[in-house]
Amino acid sequence: MEKSHDPRVNRIELPQDEQKFQEDTLFQWQTYEVFQQQNRGEQHVHVGSLHAPNPEMALVLAKEQYGRREQCANLWVVKSADVHATSYDDSDMFEHAFDKSYRDAEGYKVKDTIEAFKKELFARIDNRQAPGEKTTVQPISTISQGFKVYKLPTLKGKRPRKIITKA
Amino acid sequence: MNVEAIKNLLYRLADDKLIIGHRHSEWIGMGPILEEDIAFASMAQDEVGHSQAYYRILHELGEGEPDQIAFNRKAQDFTCCQFVEFPIEDYAFSLVRHYLFDMADKVRLQALKASSFEPLAALATKLAREEKYHQLHAQTFVQQLGRSTEEARLRMQSALNEAYPMAFSMFEPTVHTESLAKEGVQPLEDTLMKQWRVEVEAFLRSSNLQIPHVEDLSSYFGGRSGHHTEFLQPLLSEMTEVFAIDPTAKW
Repeated sequence: MEKSHDPRVNRIELPQDEQKFQEDTLFQWQTYEVFQQQNRGEQHVHVGSLHAPNPEMALVLAKEQYGRREQCANLWVVKSADVHATSYDDSDMFEHAFDKSYRDAEGYKVKDTIEAFKKELFARIDNRQAPGEKTTVQPISTISQGFKVYKLPTLKGKRPRKIITKA
Repeated sequence: MNVEAIKNLLYRLADDKLIIGHRHSEWIGMGPILEEDIAFASMAQDEVGHSQAYYRILHELGEGEPDQIAFNRKAQDFTCCQFVEFPIEDYAFSLVRHYLFDMADKVRLQALKASSFEPLAALATKLAREEKYHQLHAQTFVQQLGRSTEEARLRMQSALNEAYPMAFSMFEPTVHTESLAKEGVQPLEDTLMKQWRVEVEAFLRSSNLQIPHVEDLSSYFGGRSGHHTEFLQPLLSEMTEVFAIDPTAKW
């Protein structure tokens, strides 16, 4: 076998003086929090953090760190030190003393109107398909409490859209 | 169209990408920081993927299966330039090579987008999008290190002094170069080199780096005709180690 030039095969020499090694290399960059947006117009979602010396480098590193697998339209980075948080010691302030379910979105009285609109939308989309090309709208996943996610057929010149509705 | 000339070009493009991709992959687990380790590995994978795409076009033109071409050829059958063969050395050298290589790739892909050989034009358009990040990554690192501490600048300068003369081997002409240009497949290597040179020299200067004087641009020529450095064979032996156990295995 020839002599390897790959340092992983041809093990690199580690410094003998371990103490010095730590002093030299344990220099830490600050951390940045990364927010990813999957499609234009959607909200940015926190996906993790990384080390970088400045925002410019943070963006370059964030792309491969967090943007290389799932679809990504845009990234934000924010210095971790600039994030202010509530204390977990005070988390009881988020508890409701009384029933406030009327504040939940599912209690809206316009729900029936929204459902009717969605139904009409589906029908309209179906009608726009050329005869023979008619596609039935199938749910792509089901989330909790009987809600299903539908992918709407993409209309010419429009972005692909998803719609969530109760089965 | 001169199919032999097109095949020759595709082999050069693919072999460069395969070998630089493999070299980049040698940083996996050894990158200067975790984040950069991941970024370098991801770009390595991109480059190997690009080589596969070129090998596929070759296969459509009657050459062997992509895996066979990549893993079952002798060193002298490879047409990669010598620049991509050199070991990764320290991070500064790998970074400077990544910068010089991907800037050359940018210039080349830009030209290939208008290639008269349509499969190549279509592929170049696709690859140019992914390469955009490689350029951003390389430029950001080179500029930040060049403008950083004196130690960083000196390391970058010494890496550039070493890599720059080698880089011209990316533009080594072959017997097909003129015919390719005449048929509109790809401009002359010399034309691409001059365009690349103007762009990288301006950028390197803006990054506080001095442009090394290169006496003879052809010092590292030979790769295009199968004359390689002593470093290629060990790389091929390692890269094909698993494949060679059973070349007919289905993956």
